[in-house]
Amino acid sequence: MRSISVEGITFNYPGRRAVFTEITLAVEEGDVYSLLGPNGTGKSTLLKCMAGLISPSQGRILLDGREITGMQPYEIARRVGFVPQTQVSPFPFRVRDIVLMGRASHLNAFATPSAKDDAIAADALAHVGISHLADRPCTAISGGEWQLVLIARAIAQRPRTLLLDEPTSHLDLGNQMRVLDVIRGLAEEGMTIVVATHFPDHALLTSSRVAILKDQRIIAMGSPDVVIREDTMRQAYGTDVRIMHLGDPINRRICVPVAEAFQRGEL
Amino acid sequence: MRPKTIGAKSAYVDVGGAPAARTATTEPGQADDRGWGERHPGTVLVFLLAVLGIVAFAALMLGRYIIPPETVAAVILGSVLPIEETWSSTAASAVVNVRIPRIIAGLLVGAGLAISGASFQGMFRNPLVSSQILGVAAGAGFGAAIGILLFDSLAVVQILSFVFGLLAVGMAYGLSRVRSSTPILMLVLSGIVIASLFSALTSMVKYVADPMNKMPAIVFWLLGSLNHVSTSDLLVLGPIIAVSILGLLAVRWRINVLTMGDEEARALGVNTERLKVIIILLATVITAAAVCMSGIIGWIGLVIPHMGRMLVGPDNRYLLPISVLLGGAFLIAVDTVARTAAPAEIPIGILTAIIGAPIFAILLRRNNPGW
Repeated sequence: MRSISVEGITFNYPGRRAVFTEITLAVEEGDVYSLLGPNGTGKSTLLKCMAGLISPSQGRILLDGREITGMQPYEIARRVGFVPQTQVSPFPFRVRDIVLMGRASHLNAFATPSAKDDAIAADALAHVGISHLADRPCTAISGGEWQLVLIARAIAQRPRTLLLDEPTSHLDLGNQMRVLDVIRGLAEEGMTIVVATHFPDHALLTSSRVAILKDQRIIAMGSPDVVIREDTMRQAYGTDVRIMHLGDPINRRICVPVAEAFQRGEL
Repeated sequence: MRPKTIGAKSAYVDVGGAPAARTATTEPGQADDRGWGERHPGTVLVFLLAVLGIVAFAALMLGRYIIPPETVAAVILGSVLPIEETWSSTAASAVVNVRIPRIIAGLLVGAGLAISGASFQGMFRNPLVSSQILGVAAGAGFGAAIGILLFDSLAVVQILSFVFGLLAVGMAYGLSRVRSSTPILMLVLSGIVIASLFSALTSMVKYVADPMNKMPAIVFWLLGSLNHVSTSDLLVLGPIIAVSILGLLAVRWRINVLTMGDEEARALGVNTERLKVIIILLATVITAAAVCMSGIIGWIGLVIPHMGRMLVGPDNRYLLPISVLLGGAFLIAVDTVARTAAPAEIPIGILTAIIGAPIFAILLRRNNPGW
């Protein structure tokens, strides 16, 4: 089954040159799809198009086979959860109340959440392992905790697909791994996941598919082993990387910058 | 599904070697730092209901002519039960014809301004706005000023006031539309533009008005008072305000979602443009109706939601009902002061500012509410 089908979309903000042109990609159910690419290539914009938050100027996006532009916000939100980049609420809402907001698409405009919604929110908190934060003000938790709160909120939407916009960008190493672990856990349960990230190594850790955006288009797309190569990384980021295999007991491929030019003082 | 595994995985968040980074902010035993009121919003609500009752009853007793509590009680009971009349007709008239309409007006205006302010603070994601941010009061004030200048009928003044209040907000909303959406920042800026335009026009009207009688009438109107509220006002405007208050109460949880910002609220499945229109419309109708009943009364829409937040926290499910009760009780109390403290009645807008500003200052200094 195809979850999201992006068909030849072009996006430009009015009066400016296109962020990307004629992008086509297909997210299959069960994929963990990583979007890589340098700053400003439109990874976030592409995710927002997939979440129906902004409309491409050309092309179309199908969600479970239906064109997204014809769908109501609640119909989209029941299928797709969107985890935005860190932005803290201006009010000190309790973590459980933030997660409860994930139920909005399941309630009519004049309803307040029921005990059942409370239970679903509590489940979502337990799912990402932050039940102990439920009663804390969201303004008094760390960046890593906030990221998990936003993921819990998206889980409370009960979507089949999750879009995450740079979920590990502002986190320390431990919190990065915690977030990736949650993502991998969700994928194992059958959630389809699309994640924009700055870390090729994170794509190697979690993904089943990868696409690289650069200069308004996709320069490579496919399984991580094929796409994340030394030449494509150099083309994407303009810096040398090494891709190596760590042997037992870790047994995985890693992607690290070489930084020779940096050591020679040329960068 | 594999909740077990997730549960086991999540354990390392709480125990084990990894949690060094997170325990810096999350100490065990500190999990629930909510105030008493935030944990018991229902009790606070009942308590405020009692406070409102007491304030209203005191307001019935107090005035230039002080009526003892048993007489007030007897008059009220006498209007529904067949009790032998032991009270003077003056007392009965003061309670039934003068004070009860005024107290109902105070309740509606106070409650309406408070809930509009609380809703706008949520929608604008800013605890420093009130329902006047979009220019409704400036527009309504201008409408009233030209009404007083050109016509002699209170009804015309009120109608013009209401119409111009709605018109000002309509203009601000229209000005802020950008490609079929209304960004919050554009709304704020448009509101400021429209509000200053209408205050300039009001100044112009004051400037050309006859300084002997028209100008004082305009100035007094702009300062606000419940003095000229009539029963017919209440019959027309009362239901409008009451229904709009119920409307805002109905969407109160959605306002929580809206505080996350337009884009996030939309991603959560909320039709944000429609919700914003509903909130703006209801808050504007309330404020315009309040202005045409009582003139411009400031501060309530700003201070009361803050007091509410300190009592029950930021959750609009509780904050909005609490604001209704607090705002009503506050305005009834202030109005009682306005009509008893001095030989001549003090304009209520002056009092709400004189009382509201220091309360606000104290609240800000004493509590760091965390927004």
